[in-house]
Amino acid sequence: MSFEPLKTITSKTLVLPAANIDTDQIIPARFLTVTTRDGLGKHAFNDWRYNDDGTPNDHLLNQDSSPQCQILVGGHNFGCGSSREHAPWALTDYGFRVVISSEIADIFRGNSLKNGLLPIVIEKSAHQWLLDHPGEDVTVDLEKCEVRLPKNGGTYSFDIDAFSRHCLMEGVDEMGYLRAQDVAITEFEARHGDN
Amino acid sequence: MSSMPKTLFDKVWERHVVVPETADHPATLYIDLHLIHEVTSPQAFTVLKERGLKVRRPDRTLATIDHSTPTLLNDDGSRPFVTKQAEAQVKTLLANVAEHDIEVHGWESENRGIVHVMGPELGATRPGMTIVCGDSHTSTHGAFGAIAFGIGTTQVGHVLANQSILMRKPKTMAVYVDGELSEGVTPKDVILAIIAKIGVGGGTGYALEYRGSVFENMSMDGRMTVCNMSIEAGARCGMVAPDDKTFAYLEGRKFAPSSDNGDYLAACEDWASLASDPGASYDKEVFLKAEDIRPMVTYGTHPGMAMPIDALIPDAADEAEENALSYMQVKAGEEITGLKVDRVFIGSCTNSRMEDLRAAAQIMSGARVVDGLTAIIVPGSELVKKQAEAEGLHEIFTAAGAEWREPGCSMCIAMNGDKAAPGELVVSTSNRNFAGRQGPGARTILASPETAAAAAISGVLVDPRIFSNTGEDAHDVV
Ligand code: SF4
Repeated sequence: MSFEPLKTITSKTLVLPAANIDTDQIIPARFLTVTTRDGLGKHAFNDWRYNDDGTPNDHLLNQDSSPQCQILVGGHNFGCGSSREHAPWALTDYGFRVVISSEIADIFRGNSLKNGLLPIVIEKSAHQWLLDHPGEDVTVDLEKCEVRLPKNGGTYSFDIDAFSRHCLMEGVDEMGYLRAQDVAITEFEARHGDN
Repeated sequence: MSSMPKTLFDKVWERHVVVPETADHPATLYIDLHLIHEVTSPQAFTVLKERGLKVRRPDRTLATIDHSTPTLLNDDGSRPFVTKQAEAQVKTLLANVAEHDIEVHGWESENRGIVHVMGPELGATRPGMTIVCGDSHTSTHGAFGAIAFGIGTTQVGHVLANQSILMRKPKTMAVYVDGELSEGVTPKDVILAIIAKIGVGGGTGYALEYRGSVFENMSMDGRMTVCNMSIEAGARCGMVAPDDKTFAYLEGRKFAPSSDNGDYLAACEDWASLASDPGASYDKEVFLKAEDIRPMVTYGTHPGMAMPIDALIPDAADEAEENALSYMQVKAGEEITGLKVDRVFIGSCTNSRMEDLRAAAQIMSGARVVDGLTAIIVPGSELVKKQAEAEGLHEIFTAAGAEWREPGCSMCIAMNGDKAAPGELVVSTSNRNFAGRQGPGARTILASPETAAAAAISGVLVDPRIFSNTGEDAHDVV
């Protein structure tokens, strides 16, 4: 799987302030019967966006300009719940490249990194600023590991695993690196036996 | 010279490090067992094909079909898939495993079941292993002293091709529950109390180890229920040290070491050595008193919003909780018992094993499911179904007016068509009460099998302890 390299992005934010947005909200389970990964963006947050008869409602995500927002700001503990990679697939297909929150669930974080979606855990004050200022132009700089807020909002650094950062900046996934360890894995298997 | 005392997690982790982690790279961790199912594997097989890769260890891969599968049969024995796409997904899995020579427990297998029920039943889950599956409730297998966690589809591809994944070692958290559980308090109540205490995100970044007399005294079925929901506290895995109960459970199972030669005893000796050393230190410790735990239910839209069933609904802590209460149509300060229940679901990898079904049957025996309420009982596997039928449990359920279904995930994830209608209140033994999880607009209350069964025959949420061990008379109470 490959994706566009991600170095610096300046984009308007789209803010979904609720805490604990879980993967069933991001992509409800009934859309998981697919056998490919494409086209899930139209079902991102499906049950928030569509009426019972399938017509779109007036949710922020349905506004014409929203899919141009590359930065999603979510409430605390974003992405909790299942291991479905359909969640980052739906978000990237919708148009997001970055998710920012004050806490992001582990499995969702890992899945995002593998799909060109940068998960950023940022300190509480910056998170609050972002929640309070939806739609502002925010810069995410992966080279410097910085989020720059406009209007004197300040500059905040974030942590990211060096290897994940490398993969995102180069637009490569981890498969190649693992394949290159074939010999080490074979040696390990000889030692490890059948357990 | 004595070496540093180690935790159970550390010992199992160290046995599987192929390449240690550095500042620049996560560790390469070897995976002993890869469980796969129809929902999270198709795109991974596609990647293999695109890159011309083989499955490295088909012998360490085990497949089943459980998530999209119907739990009813048509009159002619055919299966009513919810959509053509669901049927195609199952077919894709079966085709992929055939192509790559992977053992599958499909329609004909007497071992087919929810992936986390099936693994232990086959003895494929054993102490000291690393186990992954594209499903977050893989933490279930930690009940055997394995490091077991859910992975996404990209990593499913990594494991298929390399039998390894890249991962940084998580921190460790010991969760102690000591003392004696009160009458009528179940493993489900214990884990809901733990999640309520540490919060839905409280375990993020940690591997949990459940310690203390409550877990020592708990059955394997109960330990699986507890470990299963570790992820609902944000922890990718949760473990219990293997002991004689673990060994007894495994003896004689298909993939367990043979008891005919010295293998089984040698394995037990090795497994026993995995328990955390005295004095081993954890990054965090949490303590609960067994005596404080009462039957628990959730009242909001995540598993951390859990409360004792005999308490008053807590105040909302923030706007998200306020929204959760309004979604659930409940009010802070009121009792949760007495809520009208529309549907009861007893099943899922959390609570669909024999102990769960026996407990539910005991409460439903001789009683009737209230008119207008639908109760479905979905065994976790073909083996559970067979055993339950041998014990006559299915007759108790059907005589009570509940439906006895084919094994599968069913209403836990509601992607096979088994679901609640908008607004319906479901008392469910599954693990997630997210808004819409059991159908758009459906309201879910997570509870033990006892509480779910009690709701089915009462029509409202009730404290299940009014039915415990008092025989037939109890049914006159409501
Ligand atoms: S029963 Fe529910 S939680 Fe368990 S594997 Fe199936 S869908 Fe996942």
